[in-house]
Amino acid sequence: MPHIELPAGLPGIRGPMAFSPETARPLNDLVNVLLRSNAHRFESGLSEGERELIATYVSSLNDCFFCQTIHGAVASQHLGDDDWSLVNSVKCDYQQAAISSKMKALLTIAGSVQQGGKAVTPAQVEAARAEGATDHDVHDTVLIAAAFCMFNRYVDGLATWAPEDPALYKYRAQKVAEYGYTHEDHYMPTAGSPT
Amino acid sequence: MPHIPLPEQLPGITGLLENRLDTAQPIRELTQLLLRGESTLSQGERELIAALVSSRNCTNFCEAAHTKAADLLLGDDVTARAVKQDIETAPVSEKMKALLQIAAFTQQSGKAVTPEAVARAREAGATDREIHDTVLITALFSLYNKYVDGLATVAPADPAYYQMLGERITSRGYVRPPGGYPVQTH
Repeated sequence: MPHIELPAGLPGIRGPMAFSPETARPLNDLVNVLLRSNAHRFESGLSEGERELIATYVSSLNDCFFCQTIHGAVASQHLGDDDWSLVNSVKCDYQQAAISSKMKALLTIAGSVQQGGKAVTPAQVEAARAEGATDHDVHDTVLIAAAFCMFNRYVDGLATWAPEDPALYKYRAQKVAEYGYTHEDHYMPTAGSPT
Repeated sequence: MPHIPLPEQLPGITGLLENRLDTAQPIRELTQLLLRGESTLSQGERELIAALVSSRNCTNFCEAAHTKAADLLLGDDVTARAVKQDIETAPVSEKMKALLQIAAFTQQSGKAVTPEAVARAREAGATDREIHDTVLITALFSLYNKYVDGLATVAPADPAYYQMLGERITSRGYVRPPGGYPVQTH
């Protein structure tokens, strides 16, 4: 049961966002710029799918079920990972996952940020640079990891409810990949609506 | 030395925010709403949460800045220091003690917040909105602290710097100054 009275039936972060729409707006703006629009800047070497993988990995380290499941589903949607096997392998052991060496080096940095900002070492940054990561990529990796340490705490610190059914996350992920992070409720197909 | 090139004359978070106006905008907006917007918690009480969380994360820059902001808003330099040392004996209300304990749990992990900690806050008169804001302020400072330390930004050693910063964030708040910050010319 959530620690405060939240509008019923809204999964994960959507509950507190509906409780506090004023703060929801900049929170959605941040995630849209970090995970979506920044991927298309010319300095960016990280695709939307790769950014979602960083978000998913950090959320799994923080043991946040809702965030790792929805961002994992969005990553899978972007990366054509229909059975979620790639995302699961990143969460379990990213060093063995079928991702680029640059992504492995950036996930190491993200993991350090999750432990504590000071855990990021010059050697980790150097290793990422050696694999082709730019300053822009290093910055975005650190900020995505830091931002998900915020989102995960918001979601779990208020003990929000999260649905179990993977189909709901898959459905929402398609909508997010298409429209971005919005206040719209894309979790449940409306009964009788055209598919 | 920072892990990426940042404006040298802007230490700590300021250089990060000026370096990337795209991501700075929603972060500044959220901070302004949470720490300076309408609330039944005073601005000083909200700065105490920011100072406590930054202290627990050992992020010197943020701890010094928000301790100074709390000092200026509360009109003493004892309360913030006492809160950081021991919440239970600090000169704050029972409600603030309970909220600061929720912040201390959230700093560790969202999952560390117990129903008992929330019940204590409620018994002391805390509203759902105050509990929500305490959790979100703590979550936001988890972002700030990890951002500032994760890119190895510089924290000035001179206390005068934090006096200036404390005055800036208590008078102007967290919005970007019109036109930004002066660019250093050599």
